[in-house]
Amino acid sequence: MSDIPLYRPADVTTEARPARIVITSVILILTALLLLAPLAAVFAEALRDGLGASLAALNTPDAWAAIRLTLLISVIAVPLNAAIGLAAAWAIAKFDFRGKAILISLIDLPFSVSPVVAGLSLVLLFGSSGWFGAWLSAHDLRVVFAVPGILLATLFVTFPFVARELIPVMSEQGRSEEEAALTLGATGWYMFRTVTLPNVRWALLYGVLLCNARAMGEFGAVAVISGKIRGQTTTMPILIEMLYNEYLSVAAFSMAALLAALALLTLLLKSLMEWRHADLLAATRRH
Amino acid sequence: MHIEIDEIAKSFAATTALHPVSLAIPSGAMVSLLGPSGSGKTTLLRIIAGLEAPTSGRVLFDGADATGITVQQRRAGFVFQSYALFRHMTVYENIAYGLRARPRSTRPASAEIERRVTKLLELIQLPGIASRYPSQLSGGQRQRVALARALATEPRVLLLDEPFGALDARVRRELRAGLRDIHDATGLTTIFVTHDQDEAMSLSDMVAVMSMGRIEQVGTPVDIRKRPQTDFVRRFIEQPALV
Repeated sequence: MSDIPLYRPADVTTEARPARIVITSVILILTALLLLAPLAAVFAEALRDGLGASLAALNTPDAWAAIRLTLLISVIAVPLNAAIGLAAAWAIAKFDFRGKAILISLIDLPFSVSPVVAGLSLVLLFGSSGWFGAWLSAHDLRVVFAVPGILLATLFVTFPFVARELIPVMSEQGRSEEEAALTLGATGWYMFRTVTLPNVRWALLYGVLLCNARAMGEFGAVAVISGKIRGQTTTMPILIEMLYNEYLSVAAFSMAALLAALALLTLLLKSLMEWRHADLLAATRRH
Repeated sequence: MHIEIDEIAKSFAATTALHPVSLAIPSGAMVSLLGPSGSGKTTLLRIIAGLEAPTSGRVLFDGADATGITVQQRRAGFVFQSYALFRHMTVYENIAYGLRARPRSTRPASAEIERRVTKLLELIQLPGIASRYPSQLSGGQRQRVALARALATEPRVLLLDEPFGALDARVRRELRAGLRDIHDATGLTTIFVTHDQDEAMSLSDMVAVMSMGRIEQVGTPVDIRKRPQTDFVRRFIEQPALV
């Protein structure tokens, strides 16, 4: 009996100690180099002449206009794309219909098309010589070089984030919980509110955060369609580029630090929510 | 409630799941739909529940045509094969769901809901698990909670899809007896789908043997064992039970 080797399950999935140390260090160093260092550099450069100078650079009419515009765009684009993404994911994950494969590819389109191309195509559609240009100018509506254009560009670029997060989760969960709700007498809306939505809330939250980060940070598509009119159509990323090109590096980096801080804030919110609902989260994931 | 299935047929795109089938289920009976996978038994059960619409034919509840009635209005308690418990709700919330989903005018007060949930937890012999989540329960416990949830709304008929399929043999025997007791206590017309002839024969008053979208034979368990009417039924019941 004694010569039967003891089977220890841990050995199957665990690497030797040196290998583990090497792998972990590589990851840590890469993370520090690729993710942390640039972020730290932005904040260091912003605060080069002190916090006062940095704040002063942010306290200009143009800077405030850019901050307001960026927040406005994300406040409109994110809920809109959350709702559309939820509807698209619901349709794809829970129903079978013709053209489903085409719809899935279409949702991915903004990921594969360069944002600059997206911005250009919007100019082609809505510009003064574009398809809808004549109609728009006849009705005194401005899209290109105006806020609606920036909004359209942002909507296009951030379209996939919510749907992409939700589709795998919804497909995996299947329809049976929803069918159960219906057999128990729930109306469609009650079922959606009490079963469908709570079951995907973490994926939805994550999708919304990614969508928000991109909506605030989008450069390429917005750069093309906004016309970069200072104080009117410059979002934060556009203004950062303009300031940088004008060698106003403290102002540029202060604005960049603020944009990064907004992104970090959303990340913090997510972690906070996950931490507060840790029990429920664990329960729903293990099921 | 007695149920009549009148020439129900169902086809999906290119495949025929059910050829026109007819079956009369007397009030208060416990009936099993027995057959191998792909025989159309689950499709038939889902049509009775209103989760699936038949291509043609009618479902009659107590003589009244129920074919066009929505799943909510049919008030058929359904126990899903995978139980389909609401994973983000506690056992209590799961069982109370059907009562809370009612419009305000017919919704019981929360004290009444609590009384009913407590009573159901006693009925399934699981008092004291009300605050747990489905992920914290064993397979057998989940199955019983799913049963309690279906019973909470006082359904007119109880429908179960392979209710014991995912459980080990010992738990299965226990739960079979439990289901029979609950059926006898409530007198609820009960239809369950199974591929296990032992389960069908030992539990039900009436068995409908199905194959390839057709009902091959309907009868009492003794009838079907003694006088199989088709080759398929003879072969099917001669197979040793797979337990």
